[in-house]
Amino acid sequence: MEQIFFIGFAVLAIVSALAVVSLRNPVHSALCLMVCLFQVACIFVLLRSPFLAVVQIFIYVGAVMVLFLFVVMILDIRKVMLGSLVGKRSGFVYAIMPLVTLEFLLVIFKGGLGKVASNIPSGEEVKVAVIGKELFTKYLFPFEVVSILLLVAMVGAIVLAKDRDEGA
Amino acid sequence: MMIGINDILAILPELIVAGSVCVLLLVDFLIGKENKALMGYLSLAVIFAAAIATWSMTRSGSLPVDAFNGMISVDKIAVFFKVIFFIATALTIMLSLSYIKDKNINLGEYYALLLFSLTGMMITASSSDLLSIYLGIELMSLPIYALVGFRVRDGRANEGAMKYVILGAFSSAVMLFGISFIYGLTGTTEISGIAEALRSADAQPAALGIAIVMLVAGFGFKIAGVPFHMWAPDAYEAAPTPITAFMSVAAKTAAFVVFVRVFVDGFAPIVEQWQLILTVLAILSMLVGNTVAIAQTNIKRMLAYSSIGHGGYALLGIIAATPEGTSSVMFYLLVYAFMNLGIFGVIVMMNRDKSGGELITDYTGLAKKNGALALVMLIFLFSLAGIPPTAGFMGKFYVFMALINEGMVWLAVVAVIFSAVAAYFYIRVIMLMYMKEPEREFSYARPLSVLIVITISLIAVILLGVLPDRIIELAEKAVGIL
Repeated sequence: MEQIFFIGFAVLAIVSALAVVSLRNPVHSALCLMVCLFQVACIFVLLRSPFLAVVQIFIYVGAVMVLFLFVVMILDIRKVMLGSLVGKRSGFVYAIMPLVTLEFLLVIFKGGLGKVASNIPSGEEVKVAVIGKELFTKYLFPFEVVSILLLVAMVGAIVLAKDRDEGA
Repeated sequence: MMIGINDILAILPELIVAGSVCVLLLVDFLIGKENKALMGYLSLAVIFAAAIATWSMTRSGSLPVDAFNGMISVDKIAVFFKVIFFIATALTIMLSLSYIKDKNINLGEYYALLLFSLTGMMITASSSDLLSIYLGIELMSLPIYALVGFRVRDGRANEGAMKYVILGAFSSAVMLFGISFIYGLTGTTEISGIAEALRSADAQPAALGIAIVMLVAGFGFKIAGVPFHMWAPDAYEAAPTPITAFMSVAAKTAAFVVFVRVFVDGFAPIVEQWQLILTVLAILSMLVGNTVAIAQTNIKRMLAYSSIGHGGYALLGIIAATPEGTSSVMFYLLVYAFMNLGIFGVIVMMNRDKSGGELITDYTGLAKKNGALALVMLIFLFSLAGIPPTAGFMGKFYVFMALINEGMVWLAVVAVIFSAVAAYFYIRVIMLMYMKEPEREFSYARPLSVLIVITISLIAVILLGVLPDRIIELAEKAVGIL
């Protein structure tokens, strides 16, 4: 039963991801990306991580995608984008991508994903309290680094976007 | 699980830099448009303070220090690499002081972003967990993306920065995918834990190969190794010249720390699996870097390809997968930092007018007009080409020795052949400078700070070439040979 659901979500996620890159209208692409991210959230639920699923929906489907849509609509990049974005060497890319995918699948199915170690996290449901505790004890350092990272992103964006009198 | 004072002390240098930048960002508001150089001087002071904090850690004799539940491990290798980062960032700031004023991009955030990038590199160097390594690399790259596109009105800069950001994000995704494979297979992201798990396993799963390929692709992007180098020439050309120097020296060095940590340490039990992949990467980098450089007309693009080639040489020391190999990489990167920053210092001096100093032909007949500058350029070019008695020769020599001691003579021979090819395009610039008559008037920017950078680099390149023993000894102590 679970496997059927997983296959359903996964297939939908891949199809919508393909639609994101192949559709010409950026608004359609953004909507498809939303569908894709929503499927990923569903897969998180199957993986017994409801917290991650909720965060995924709140942040990606909610905040980030709304921002995307706003930018697409404000800039009206539709006209610009409708021109061909696909480069000259796209044939090469189309040839390589399936090959790489095929190779990965072959390795996984032939060689198996066999584990090296046995201390893989169990399939139990992870509680929010546990995540919070881990975040502020074991993962305190990465957590703080991420906060600096966000500050840097903000400073960088402001520097690039703000008006300045720059002689050409 | 509690975080104590020892954890804080272990990351004191990082805290100093990160904390000061936040203050500097506020100080920037109080400084007038004309006095932005003050931000540069304050940044230099911050780096100096961090260097002292790092130095005092080596004094107390307590290295290596583990902190934050295995996220951080400050050992002598980390300290050695941090010293390279301090030198590279400090010299870059000194190169920038007058440059960004001339180019009218005189913003205080420029220095803040450089220091943020330095923080990322320092974190990368002292990380002992894939998670913090990844975050360190991102913290290093993000400010550089912004700095590459710093000249927002310049279409070329926009294009270069855009390519760099998109490909950089893609490479990060591939890297994370690889890390997730490693986590799935070994159940840990801690480097020592990974090595432990791989050692105790009786059979290596095939999926490990996928993970290694993905990690090589992700980290290979950061050192601009072929075939993950497509962004480098455009980004290097687009960036302000001091930032080009910073990217080719500091960012590349930080990526090599990751190779040392993840491959030499973490993947030690499966050397055969990654040695071949890295060998291909190194040979391709040397081949493409050194041959395509010949066809370049812009000196920054030429140095971009030369930097790709140098990445290939440094990889050879990683491929050796011995402590000796690691110490040779450390020495090589230190030497590379000085010679590359030095030559970019000369380019910054020539960058006076709009395109001046960017085309190789701009250097025609320089020796007739300014013999001293031409001589300095000659020494840096000789060093990059690896001609004795410069430091570049010693750097290559130790890397090749590490390879030969491991019985990989053929690889050393291939590398020597590529060095001969590389000599061609370095010496072509020298030919233009010395053998031709000048075609135009030269005008240089000659601020004191740039002259100091060139002098420091020059002394280092010659000293490390003639008397490398002490530094080599330090590097060997760091990896535990002595």
